Amino acid sequence: MGIKIIVCVKQVMDPETPASAFKVDPDSNKVTPAQGIPPVVNGFDENAVEAALRLKDNGDVDKITVISVGNNFVMDVMKKPLSMGADELILVQDDSVSDLDAFATATALAKTIEHVGEYDLILCGRQASDWDQAHVAMGVAELLNLPCISLAQKLDVAGGGITVQRSLTDGYEVVETKLPAVVTVTNELGEPRYPNLRGIMQASRKTPTILSPADLSLDADALAPKLALTELFIPVSDQKVEIIEGEDEADAGRKLALRLREEKLI
Amino acid sequence: MGGILVFGELGPDGLQSITAELLAAARSLNESSGDEVAVALLGSGADAVSQEAISLGADKVYSVQDPLLEDVQIEAQLAGIEAVCAQAQPSVVLVGRTHLGRDIGPRLAFRLGVGVAQDCLEVAVDSGTGRLIATRPVYGGNALARFTFPGDGAQIVVLRPKAVEPLVADSSRTGEVVAVQPALDPSIVRARLVETVRQESEGVRLEDAPVVIGGGRGIGGAEAFEMLEELARVMGGAVGATRAVCDAGWIDHSYQVGLTGKTITPDIYITVGISGASQHMAGCSASKNIVAINRDADANIFKAATYGVVGDWKNVLPSFLETVRELINS
Repeated sequence: MGIKIIVCVKQVMDPETPASAFKVDPDSNKVTPAQGIPPVVNGFDENAVEAALRLKDNGDVDKITVISVGNNFVMDVMKKPLSMGADELILVQDDSVSDLDAFATATALAKTIEHVGEYDLILCGRQASDWDQAHVAMGVAELLNLPCISLAQKLDVAGGGITVQRSLTDGYEVVETKLPAVVTVTNELGEPRYPNLRGIMQASRKTPTILSPADLSLDADALAPKLALTELFIPVSDQKVEIIEGEDEADAGRKLALRLREEKLI
Repeated sequence: MGGILVFGELGPDGLQSITAELLAAARSLNESSGDEVAVALLGSGADAVSQEAISLGADKVYSVQDPLLEDVQIEAQLAGIEAVCAQAQPSVVLVGRTHLGRDIGPRLAFRLGVGVAQDCLEVAVDSGTGRLIATRPVYGGNALARFTFPGDGAQIVVLRPKAVEPLVADSSRTGEVVAVQPALDPSIVRARLVETVRQESEGVRLEDAPVVIGGGRGIGGAEAFEMLEELARVMGGAVGATRAVCDAGWIDHSYQVGLTGKTITPDIYITVGISGASQHMAGCSASKNIVAINRDADANIFKAATYGVVGDWKNVLPSFLETVRELINS
């Protein structure tokens, strides 16, 4: 008997979007999607999918269900976890859940998890690369009254419990808890696998389950924001760079050292 | 009722610098709101540092004592600060975005059913409403966002370390120490920290290094770090790297500088083959001088740099290293 895992993922703007294509619309306080650059599954969420698949590779897992809350899902993008090897995809899709704050997002995800019903482990990415808040997963844990371990770089499941290496900047902590639990996954876990052809074929035959907020009894009250965005802007820098030139690149390197000496930086 | 509550952090060496920074932020809020500044200090180390916390800006110290608080278990710390919130009913809670605080802030917010702004650079009082305005980087640092807290619940702000200068300690300041005994039930600790494994870094600690030499994807491979290490050794500094380079396995993740890695504040940060993606800049933008060596003249790093060379690092760095060596030896 293996465990049942739910992985929470988010569709985000590609964080590799070049700075020159990153635009903010000051009237709506929204980031303008860059032309021709499709969204992606949040990178840390792919790490979470990878963590689930590694446990599955070990024979510890019965089923991996991927869930997401949002709107305007690009199906080819959202199916990536399926093509990596996850079993099922559930999308809560509606205009009313497209622009939630973290508190409401956690509420919607917790309701979705309760709707799925059977789970032993909930995995999330450590943070989303758009709002960088790193608190939706903790909210899910608190709302479902589950233990929560953040920043996992390694996970081991045994005997109804989980042991996690929690990443530190100079090492790691070993944290243990009983299942069910919520764990957030960091990139130190290692690169997510690339979908292979068989995975892509299997994913193409799967149809995501689409739910509406009403299916989860989520009303406007439950989704009321606790945080209001009042301003979004691109900071301007008045930094001017002094480009050091030379007869050739090696000479430029020499001159750079001399210039830094002049400024007493060496 | 009301007031500003700081979640204090104690380490083996006493009050942590983040707590001094939060007290300074709290005092500047107090100038606008007049709200009392309190700090919660958890564990038996509290009493030894209460006076220090008062000298750094606290009007009141909640000294929270319970056997469960003697080692740092997140759920015990959470219950400790929850108990102080129940007693003090603060309108503002300030937490540092540390290894502990990054979990405490949001989890406390969900327990209290209130909003939290994570990883803030700045916090101020809106003179119209008396509520907070929190400013934080979003989209990997590409943009800044300002947030307010609708309603009248407590406002939790998690502040980035080194965002605020601590106050100079004033030993003539006075304050009150209030004992809190939450009588915690051991069963609240469900996730248990059993071991901490630290990697010993050789030489200067990256976070404290006055000179950092950083390598990015542009250096092409793991071997290139040899020359970066050599330059760091000559200049008395440390080596850093971008997340892409660490994820690719060219160097260990303990070298990672950026939003999800280490934050560095050297006098001089020499970047080699680093494009300057905002996620990386989030960890190094407080460097006093950034030097960029990059082939791409349009790379974002040149917008943040003080000095730059446009060129292939393989041609630029050897002569730079040799000249630096001569200058230092002469």
